[in-house]
Amino acid sequence: MAKMTLEDLRNLREQKKKDLQKRDTTGKNMQIVIGMGTCGIAAGAKKSLDAFLSELDAQNLDNVAVTQTGCMGLCYVEPTVEVIVPGMPNVIYGQVDVETARKIVREHIMRQRMVSDHVYDRPAADIIQNGGK
Amino acid sequence: MHAAVTDFLLDIIQNSIEAEAAVVTVVFNQTETVLECSITDDGKGITPEELNQIQDPFYTDGSKHSARKVGLGVPFLFQAAEAAEGKVTIHSEKGKGTECRFSFNPKHIDCPPLGDIPGTFLAAISYPGDHELIIERSLFRAGEKSSYEVSRLELIEAVGSLSTAGSLNLVKLFLHSQEDSVMDPG
Repeated sequence: MAKMTLEDLRNLREQKKKDLQKRDTTGKNMQIVIGMGTCGIAAGAKKSLDAFLSELDAQNLDNVAVTQTGCMGLCYVEPTVEVIVPGMPNVIYGQVDVETARKIVREHIMRQRMVSDHVYDRPAADIIQNGGK
Repeated sequence: MHAAVTDFLLDIIQNSIEAEAAVVTVVFNQTETVLECSITDDGKGITPEELNQIQDPFYTDGSKHSARKVGLGVPFLFQAAEAAEGKVTIHSEKGKGTECRFSFNPKHIDCPPLGDIPGTFLAAISYPGDHELIIERSLFRAGEKSSYEVSRLELIEAVGSLSTAGSLNLVKLFLHSQEDSVMDPG
């Protein structure tokens, strides 16, 4: 790939904006918060961040907010990720490796179904067992 | 313990951001015999006494997690650098800022792998806040220098807020193109 300039980046953004206007607004108000404290970094949170971005890109979900925070207090199950989707309980997922990150996008974000075996905090047990439904 | 050199780098950059710096400058120089990084900020700084304390893994000021008794970021860096004929020096002045420099000998058997360089820069740039983050990356190989420089605020000006997947993926593409140009200047 040729070395991009800031001008190239601006043009790409304009192009993306036009594409977005043609599509629906899936993903708006959805948020993925990745724990990037010392514990998260040590457990591979950078790879999880990269996997979330690649999968969201592959699924054309440009509107989903992806942000970082420090340690969420669950160092034993890093990388940890909070997922906020309107109409669903806020969930903190643990042990979010690359494959789990991709699964969270495909299941939780796209189909509104929780990835139950990685839920570590927030919803009550009975909710988790029913896959969030 | 961190797995890669870039993990240490990201951890230290976050310290600068959390010290309420307005400008953080990261220099990442790589030659065939040494890997050198410096992270300089104009944040709140620490006293000589605190500088001594943060090298102890069982010290924390308690501001982030009130019940926690450890602070591992900086001690991890000292431990890894010492194991690989590296060096860490930190200069800090209360109210003025901090400079952390570290180096590794890339040929030492205990030198950690470099890790994902553009992925680390992306994580550092997208860490929330209003600060500027300037990254100067250079690689010296066979007498030739190749380098690039990125500015967080310039990227925000070009792609908008760095909080959505769309804008982050554009920055990711940009950073990979910069890194590719250094790795394969041909």
